Amino acid sequence: MENKKPDIKELKEKAIEIRKDILTMLNAAGSGHTGGSLSMVEILITLYGYAMRHNPKKPDWPDRDKLILSKGHGCPALYTVLAHYGYFPKEELMTLRKLGSRLQGHPQRGLPGIETASGSLGQGLSISNGLALAARLDKRNTRIYCIMGDGELNEGQIWEAVMTASQYKLDNICGIVDHNKYCIDGLLKDIKCMDPLPEKWSSFGWNTIDIDGHSFKDLMSAFDKAKTLKGKPTVIIAHTIKGKGISFIECQNRWHGTTPKKDELERALKELDEERRKI
Amino acid sequence: MEKNKLQMVPTRDGFGRGVVELGKTDERVVVLSADLTDSTRAGWFKKELPERFFAFGVSEQDMFGVASGFALAGKIPYACTFGVFATGRVWDQIRVSIAYMNLNVKIIGTHGGISVGEDGATHQALEEITLMRVLPNMTVIVPADAVEAKKATIEAAKHNGPVYIRLGRSEVPVITKESDRFEIGKANVLKEGNDLAIFACGMMVYYALEASEILSKEGIKARVINLHTPKPIDADTVKKAAIETKAIVTVEEHTLSGGFGSAISEIVSQNCPVPMKMIGINDRFGESGSQEELLKKFNLETKDIVKAAKEVLKVKK
Repeated sequence: MENKKPDIKELKEKAIEIRKDILTMLNAAGSGHTGGSLSMVEILITLYGYAMRHNPKKPDWPDRDKLILSKGHGCPALYTVLAHYGYFPKEELMTLRKLGSRLQGHPQRGLPGIETASGSLGQGLSISNGLALAARLDKRNTRIYCIMGDGELNEGQIWEAVMTASQYKLDNICGIVDHNKYCIDGLLKDIKCMDPLPEKWSSFGWNTIDIDGHSFKDLMSAFDKAKTLKGKPTVIIAHTIKGKGISFIECQNRWHGTTPKKDELERALKELDEERRKI
Repeated sequence: MEKNKLQMVPTRDGFGRGVVELGKTDERVVVLSADLTDSTRAGWFKKELPERFFAFGVSEQDMFGVASGFALAGKIPYACTFGVFATGRVWDQIRVSIAYMNLNVKIIGTHGGISVGEDGATHQALEEITLMRVLPNMTVIVPADAVEAKKATIEAAKHNGPVYIRLGRSEVPVITKESDRFEIGKANVLKEGNDLAIFACGMMVYYALEASEILSKEGIKARVINLHTPKPIDADTVKKAAIETKAIVTVEEHTLSGGFGSAISEIVSQNCPVPMKMIGINDRFGESGSQEELLKKFNLETKDIVKAAKEVLKVKK
């Protein structure tokens, strides 16, 4: 069941490269969501580099595992990871949010690797339910991964979908909550507190795994464990840091929807290079 | 055409028959239901093909998201609920998760318009044509009777993309035949005439035919057109009618704001402007009452169509 585990040092180096590319593309775009992109870099790398069965040369392979990015505003991270794993040329990252680009401000189909449009929050888990039910009908051994934001969990539709997945015992679904603790307006606990999060999910009939969402070791073992849990869907509550990796962006919520200017980008890239030397 | 001699069947029954027939020949067809399984006739599919029937309880938003997922996986989902819940309640889900991706989801909105009568304003969907036709990629069909509803259900599966089908609760006269042509986006001229054209959809087609008989006795020859697909609209048939009759009446049991008549007037006003009268519900919510009482209260009866025809003829050039 377990895939061959990649070298953690290499994964960490990849995370540095991907964070650099995310910040560079956001600087070029001049708008976009920085904080919530940086918080899920390790989650995405673990999915594409380890947990998911996929083939960038055959993005429409019917038996592939599928990733639904329900928190569509985090797409700069997904685009960058897809480019790094060979879905499309990295140069295309610099077209983010530009007229005519396949890298829309929020995801739309048409870019290899993008399974669904998203951006209006709360809808991805329902789409995952449909994919999972269809896979069961077709007797396909595919898994559906769905990344949700913790602020997104305020949406009622999420909880409708949570109940559907447990009612239909969709153990081919693995939800991941990018639990970075913030929505645009501030700390979730001050606005619409979702605690206790694991208890909420488990009382709705899901297996829950609570982990450090920046630890490749935790992420790999969580995805492994989720594959072995049968009869119920599983959610991984990944505790993350909004804006992870850059000292002046981490937990500074003004970075939810702002992008680095030239001098900020230079400082950030320098920090990341220093970080790499410590790996 | 005497009403008491016509068979009376709700259009939702046509859907029920159609989707069962379709499901038996096309394995891609799945039926989704949000708790109104018997009312929408989704239950007929459940009885025959239970392995491809999925219930979601009272959660329409999730159901339309699931429909999106099914369509992404190559299925043809028919997602069923009342018209009010199949449009307004889930408009953003349809917009983002279905229409934006041009997915093959068929939306079945039953109990449309005033056919749900006594349930009152919250349940009377008077806005579905408007809400659905503003979405790019969406097709909107309003069948005139149960026979046409069955055909629309089956034809919708052949059309690649989202389709909204507006159906009614109450029994309405069957005025079309099995052998009549039904093509999505192609209107059917039911009666020829060159004095004016009456466009109608859904159960109002019957009343338009009745009005034309009364007008005929007074020597006025009305062309009656069943425009069952408000979107994509059959612009050729609309333009031809405008040019040849030079006077148009539109009839819908639906809001006049952005609805069926509006769709026709968008074509007429820009291509071949002629006088028009639009019969429909004028910027208000519904209320409890029988279907017949509501038709009278909202001025949607045969006599209202006759009156509008005469008014439009007065200003015809």
